[in-house]
Amino acid sequence: MDLALVWFFLIAALWTAYLVLEGFDFGVGMLMSLLPRGDAAHREKERRVLVNSIGPVWDGNEVWLITAGAATFAVFPEWYATLFSGFYLPLLAILVALIVRGVAFEYRGKIADAVWARRCDIAIQVGSWVPAILWGVTFANLVRGVRLDEDFQYVGGFWALLNPFALLGGLTTLVLFLLHGAVFVALKTDGEIRARARRFAGVLSVEALVVAGGWAVWAQVAYSPAWTWAVVAVAALALVGVLLTNRAGREGYAFTLSAVTIVAAVVLIFGSMFPDVMPGLDGGTSLSITDAASTPYTLTVVTWVAVVLTPLVILYQAWTYWVFRRRLTVDHIPAPGGLTWKKIKESAF
Amino acid sequence: MEALDLARWQFGITTVYHFIFVPLTIGLAPLVAIMQTAWVRTGNERWLKLTKFFGKLFLINFALGVVTGIVQEFQFGMNWSEYSRFVGDVFGAPLAMEALAAFFVESTFLGLWIFGWDRLNKRVHLACIWAVAIAVNLSALFILAANSWMQHPVGARYNPETGRAEMESIWAILTNNTLWAAYPHAVAAAFLTAGTFVAGIAAWWMVRLARTQQEDAVELARNVYRPAVILGTVVMLISGAGVALTGDAQGKLMFEQQPGKMASAEALCEGEEGANFSILTIGDLSNSCEGVRHILEVPGLASYLGTGTFSGEDSYLPGVHDVQEEYAERYGETDEAGNPISYTPNLAVTYWSFRLMIGFAAGSALLAVAALWFTRRGRISDNPWLARIGIAAIPTPFIASSFGWIFTEVGRQPWVVAPNPTGIDQIRLLTMRGVSTVVSPGMVLTSMIVFTLLYGVLAVVWFRLIHRYAVEGVPSAVRDESPEAAEDDTDRPLSFAY
Ligand code: HDD
Ligand code: HEM
Ligand code: HEM
Repeated sequence: MDLALVWFFLIAALWTAYLVLEGFDFGVGMLMSLLPRGDAAHREKERRVLVNSIGPVWDGNEVWLITAGAATFAVFPEWYATLFSGFYLPLLAILVALIVRGVAFEYRGKIADAVWARRCDIAIQVGSWVPAILWGVTFANLVRGVRLDEDFQYVGGFWALLNPFALLGGLTTLVLFLLHGAVFVALKTDGEIRARARRFAGVLSVEALVVAGGWAVWAQVAYSPAWTWAVVAVAALALVGVLLTNRAGREGYAFTLSAVTIVAAVVLIFGSMFPDVMPGLDGGTSLSITDAASTPYTLTVVTWVAVVLTPLVILYQAWTYWVFRRRLTVDHIPAPGGLTWKKIKESAF
Repeated sequence: MEALDLARWQFGITTVYHFIFVPLTIGLAPLVAIMQTAWVRTGNERWLKLTKFFGKLFLINFALGVVTGIVQEFQFGMNWSEYSRFVGDVFGAPLAMEALAAFFVESTFLGLWIFGWDRLNKRVHLACIWAVAIAVNLSALFILAANSWMQHPVGARYNPETGRAEMESIWAILTNNTLWAAYPHAVAAAFLTAGTFVAGIAAWWMVRLARTQQEDAVELARNVYRPAVILGTVVMLISGAGVALTGDAQGKLMFEQQPGKMASAEALCEGEEGANFSILTIGDLSNSCEGVRHILEVPGLASYLGTGTFSGEDSYLPGVHDVQEEYAERYGETDEAGNPISYTPNLAVTYWSFRLMIGFAAGSALLAVAALWFTRRGRISDNPWLARIGIAAIPTPFIASSFGWIFTEVGRQPWVVAPNPTGIDQIRLLTMRGVSTVVSPGMVLTSMIVFTLLYGVLAVVWFRLIHRYAVEGVPSAVRDESPEAAEDDTDRPLSFAY
C-alpha cells in the first residue's frame, strides 16, 4: 500500500489516542466544579482526588497531541501549513487553554492557600472546557469542508468556522469528553465521589446519545460516505452500552465503551474526509492525501521511526496506568504539601 | 507593522522564553539523578534531602518548559506556513522523532518519578529520573538537528518543480557538522546553567547556616550544602571548559558556513587579515558601517576564532561589504518588487549579543573560583561575599544562553534557511518568504499580545515559586518511602499529591 495512505490512517490513530486519553483529562477538568459536594473542606479534598486521579498521566497524554502535530508536519507538510495558519484563532485559544491548564495542575499544590487553589481550579476548567469544545469545532469543519484557493491556502476567514454544523460538533466533543471523564472518575475513585460520578455518567450518556447522535446523523446525511453509517451505529450501541454497564456498576466496561465511542467519532471524521485531508467546501478545491504528502523517502523514514517507537510508548504508558491503578479516595489525600501564600509573599522583593 | 515583523517578534519572544526553562531542565535533570543515585548507593540521607530539594525546583521549572514548548510545536504552521511548506519534507522528521523518542519518555517517566516514591521499587524509581535525564538531552539533539539544518542545509535536494526542499538522507541531517558543534555547545551551556544554579543556592545556604554559629546549623551546612556546592562547582568547571571549546569549534564552522554571520559578529565592514576582536565598539552600528569605531581590541583574535590563525593570509576574514557583494551576485540584488535585499543582519544586535553571551560566562567563572577557594580542604565558609556571588551568578548563564540564541538566529538573517555555500545552495529561503500569507497582522498581533501577557504572569509565578522554595531549604526530615521499606502493605495516603 502507498505510504501516504498508511499515514492517513496513522495520523487518524494518533488523534484517536490523543482524544481518547486527553478526552478523559478534559472531562475530569470540567468536572472540577460539577462533581464535588459537601462543606468547603470536603469539596477541596474531592477536587484534589480529581486532580490526582490524572496527575501522573496528563502530560504523557498531551504528548499524543504533540506527536500528531509533529507527524503531520513531517508527512503532510501542506496540511500542517494550511490547517494551522487557516485555523489560527481557534488554535491560539486551544494553546492558551492548554498552557493555563498544565501550569494549574502542576502549581496548584505548590501553594497551600484556598484562594490560590480556587484560581488554579478556574484555570483548569477554562483550560478544559475550551479545547473540549474547540477540537470538535475544528474537526467538524474538516468534515464539512473548507474554502481553499488553488494554492491550498485557507481563504474562508474566521467566522466561517463557526457554522452551526461545527458548533454542534463542538457540543458533541464536549459531552463525549464530559461523559468519558465521569466514567473515568467512577473507575478511578471510591466512596461518595465514585457514586456521584456514576449518577452523572448515567445522565450524560443519554445527553451524549442525543447530541452526538444528532451531529452524526447530520454528518451522514450531508457529508459522509455510506459506510460510516456502520460507525455511527457502533457509536450509538457503545453509548447505550455505557448507559447499561454504568448502571450495573461495571465501570471498566463503561470506560472501555466510552473510549469506543470516541474512537468511532474519529473514524467517522477521518472517514468523511477521505481521500482528502482538507475537503473543499461545496465541491471547491480540496487538499488530497496525495497533494499533501511528503516524498516517499521522508515517509519511509518517519514510518520506521514510528513503527519502532510507538509500541514502546504504548507499553510504558500502559505500565504507568498499571502502577497507578489504585482507586483514590478522600482518605488517600494527604494534608496540603505546599508553602503558604504568606511565605511566598514574604519572599517577594 | 506588517505581519512579517510581528511574526518575527512573536517567534523571538516565545522561543527565547521557552529557552529560559530549557537549559535548567536539561542540566538539572541529570544532576538530580546523580543525587538520587548517590542516595540509593550510599544510603546517606544528605543525598535524599538534596534530591527532594532540587527535585522540587526542577519540577517547578519543568512545568513551564512543557507548556511553552507546545506553542513552539504549532507556531511553525500558524505563523510560518510558507516556511513549513518549503521545509516540511525535511524539517518535520526530526520534530516527529523528538516527540516519539524524547517527549513521551520525559513526560511519562517524570509522572512516574513524581508520584512513584511509594509505588516503585527504589531502583526502578531511580531509573525513572535517569530516563527523564536522558530524554531531555535527546530532545535537545533532535530539535537542534532541525535548527542546524536551517543554519546549514544538508542531506536534501531542491525540487525545482515544486520549489521545495526534499529529504535525501536523514543520516546526513543527523550527522550535520553544524549540529555536532551546536549540540555540545548548547548542552554544555545547559550544564553550566544547572551547575551554577545548584552551587549558587547551596553556597548561599552554606554561608547563611554557618553564620548562625549554632552547632546543628553548621552541621547541616557542612554535611548537606557543602557537598552540593562541590557538585555544582565541578559541573561548572567541566561544562565551562566545554562551552569555550565547543564555542570555538562553532566559530570555525560559522566562518565557512555563514561568513556573513561571522563578519557581523565582529561588526567587520571590510575584509581583513589578522582581524582584531573588539571588546568595545562605539558609533553607529545601523548597518551603514560608516561610524563604527572599535575602541578596545585584542589583536588577531577575531581571525583566530574564525580561521584558527592570528595573522597572515590564512587569517583573512571577509567583511559585511564583501559578503553583501558576493550574495547580491549569487542570490539577486533585488526582490520581485524591485526592493534591494540586504544580506547583512542587524549589526548592533549580532555584535553585542555575541559579546554578551561570552561575557556573561564570567558570572559562573567567578562563582566557581570563589567556591573552590572558600571550600578548600574540607572548609565551609561564612563569608557573605560567597553568598552574594552565589546568588548573583545564578541568572548569568540564563542570560548568556538567550544572547547565544539571539546571536545565532538574528545573525542568520535575512535567511530563515541559510544557503549552504559548500553544498546545495539552492535550498535557501528568505525569512520574508516564510511567513504565513493568510494570517492577518491583527491575528498575529492578538497572539503576540496574548502570549506576552500570559508569559509575563507565568514568569512572575515561576520566579516567586523557585525563589521561595529555594529559600525554604532542604527538608528537615526525610524517610525512605519505597515499598521495600514499608513494614506492612496497608492502604496508606499518597506520599505525594497535588
Ligand atoms: C536545546 C534544547 C531545546 C530547544 C532548542 C527547544 N526545546 Fe522544546 N523542550 C526542550 C528542549 C528544547 C526540553 C528540555 O526537552 C523541554 C524543556 C522543558 C521540558 O519539559 O522539556 C522542552 C519542551 C518542549 C515541548 C513539551 C514536551 C512535553 O510536553 O513534554 C515541546 C512541544 C517542545 N519543547 C517543542 C519545541 C520546539 C518546536 C522548539 C523549536 C522552536 C523547541 N522546543 C526548542
Ligand atoms: C530555543 C532556542 C531558540 C531561540 C532562543 C531562538 C531565537 C530566535 C529569535 C530571537 C528569532 C528572531 C530573529 C529575527 O527575527 O531577527 C528566531 C527566529 C526564528 N527561529 Fe529561532 N530560536 C531558537 C531555536 C529555534 C529552533 C530550534 C528552530 C527550529 C527548529 C528555530 C526556528 C526559527 C524560525 C522559523 C524563526 C523565524 C524566522 C526569523 O524571524 O528568523 N529557532 N529565533
Ligand atoms: C566562551 C566563549 C563562547 C564562545 C566562543 C561561544 C561561541 C558561540 C558561537 C560562535 C555561537 C553561534 C553558532 C552559530 O550561529 O553557528 C554560539 C551560540 C550559542 N551560545 Fe555560545 N559561546 C561562548 C559562550 C557561551 C556561554 C557561556 C553560553 C551560555 C551559558 C553560550 C550559549 C550559547 C547558545 C545557547 C547558543 C545558541 C545555540 C547554539 O548554536 O549552540 N555560549 N556560541
